[in-house]
Amino acid sequence: MASETRAIAAPLTGIRLGRSRWRTTAVVVVAFAAVAGVLVLGVGFGSVAIAPGDSVAILAHRLFGLPVERTWSAAAETIVIDLRLPRVLSAMLVGAGLAVAGVTFQGLLRNPLADPYVLGTASGAALGAAIAVLIPVRLLILELGLLNVFAFVGALVTVAVVYRVGRSGGLTGLLLTGYAVGSLLAAGLAMTMYLSGSNLRQIFSFLLGGFDGASWLRLAIALPLVVGGSVAIVLRSRSLNGLLLGDEAAANLGVDVRRERAILLALASLVTAAGVAISGLIGFVGLLVPHLVRLAVGPDARRVLPLSAVVGAVLLGGADLVARMAGDIPVGVVTALVGAPIFVLLLRRTRTGYEL
Amino acid sequence: MTALPSLPGRGDESVAIVSTSLPLGGTVGSEAGPSIISLVGVSAAYRGREVIHAVDVSIVPGERLAIVGPNGAGKSTLLRLIAGTIPARSGRVLLGGDPVDRLDRAAVARRVAAVPSVASLPFAMTVEEVVALGRLPHQATFRGPREADRVAVAAAIERAGIGHLVGRDARELSLGERQLVLLAVAVAQSTPILLLDEPTVHLDLRHRVEAMELLVDLNERDGTTVVAVLHDLALAAHFFPRLLIVDGGRLVADGSPAAVLTDDAIRAVFGVDPVHALRS
Repeated sequence: MASETRAIAAPLTGIRLGRSRWRTTAVVVVAFAAVAGVLVLGVGFGSVAIAPGDSVAILAHRLFGLPVERTWSAAAETIVIDLRLPRVLSAMLVGAGLAVAGVTFQGLLRNPLADPYVLGTASGAALGAAIAVLIPVRLLILELGLLNVFAFVGALVTVAVVYRVGRSGGLTGLLLTGYAVGSLLAAGLAMTMYLSGSNLRQIFSFLLGGFDGASWLRLAIALPLVVGGSVAIVLRSRSLNGLLLGDEAAANLGVDVRRERAILLALASLVTAAGVAISGLIGFVGLLVPHLVRLAVGPDARRVLPLSAVVGAVLLGGADLVARMAGDIPVGVVTALVGAPIFVLLLRRTRTGYEL
Repeated sequence: MTALPSLPGRGDESVAIVSTSLPLGGTVGSEAGPSIISLVGVSAAYRGREVIHAVDVSIVPGERLAIVGPNGAGKSTLLRLIAGTIPARSGRVLLGGDPVDRLDRAAVARRVAAVPSVASLPFAMTVEEVVALGRLPHQATFRGPREADRVAVAAAIERAGIGHLVGRDARELSLGERQLVLLAVAVAQSTPILLLDEPTVHLDLRHRVEAMELLVDLNERDGTTVVAVLHDLALAAHFFPRLLIVDGGRLVADGSPAAVLTDDAIRAVFGVDPVHALRS
């Protein structure tokens, strides 16, 4: 532009695209150290305490096949590998999935208050689980009960309905439809709970979330869905980035908005449903983690998505540990107790929703 | 600038399009040649209501033209049709000879950059991160910004005159500054065609003129074909050799400013005394 010294004075060579590499690297290192820390502490804590040194040795020996000299008892190994590790890994898997789904929903709906449950996955899963509890048949397929299956199906069916009904109204239409359908299903849930009698506790523990029932087999069933869905989302980071500026701008930047929105919504719902089916409803992870990560590394989905997965895994793995240390309280209580104050602090620090 | 495959479009249709109902003069400013943008009998509708009626326009590479007309005339819709973000109800929209609805979005985005009059950001983003979004159509899924991207972003920031805004959260800028950022996004996109929807509404007088000079520079130095919707007739007449007047979804005049911005046309289309319309 003409006659301006400021444009010339601008440090053009110094323009960084994205936050500094150093900062991103530091965040990645800290995040992975935290993963290791949660893993070791998570398998060590319990009625039979296992020293961190032994935990590390057992994990190194069994997970990575390292030739470690055996200093621990066979009982300790069984406890770590068969009982505690699947639980810790389940919590981490679900935390990672919820965080990735949270990033996706917030980006798709362009709403900082969106979370993985905003379009009905939670209410659908809850109603599905509650109905399963009412059905007097007890069958286990691959260690999964009716409850898990119904929760999974309920979550996906609900999102599909919300999307079909609400998509013509744009983003606001989707959000409002999600809210309306959620309210409707909440009524159904209330009725089911009323009818459930002595099984009420089972419904409650699903609503509050937890990893009591974790097992290697359940983990193995949820893992491909959560990891596969998350990887597919990460591969579509470009679309999420384009959508930052809004639908029309995204289209002008080469994003096929309708198609990408449908695909990403389906993937994020799949990840959420798979996680929720084995853990019950766990709040705040999917809402909070994306914001924390964006504060650290900026809004580029190519960085936010993978890092959110790691932070989500650490947070939920840690929350499950805290829940066990506090005498096996529901993990959803812990995430809410920790998450809500942090979220309020974040809201005070950052403004939300602006025009550009 | 990448050259478009120049299939023979309808560039030979360089005939003045003058509505029979309005007493407007006008000649077409484009010389004959393969057109980079052509609209052939294009109509468009929103929710069943037709807002563009059988418009024919042919634009050759390197042209600079402004679309003027009253509110609701269909100016922005014309830009969306060219960018392919809304479908034509009938007729054909061709970019360098290719029907825009047959190209995938990324291919269109490498040919056409469009500057919206407003956009919103849900999360904090620095100015340079926003401008870097313009490189999206040139990047593969998981490759970070390459040297070409950095150069394009830095050049766009400099040419839009927003170097002093680097590092700021784009959401905290003034309306005028945001408009310049959006302009820089499109410049970074480095396309042969640049579409602008009211790029100067929020700008003060100096920035308005500077933005116009940038468009002229992009057009004359880089050969970018520039199509801008403008409300300010004086700016349009001063900086653009070809004007289209759109009214009621129809193209009512097409030609040089002197030819189309007649007193009668201004009275008929805008309903104001010409004294008020072209004050400068």
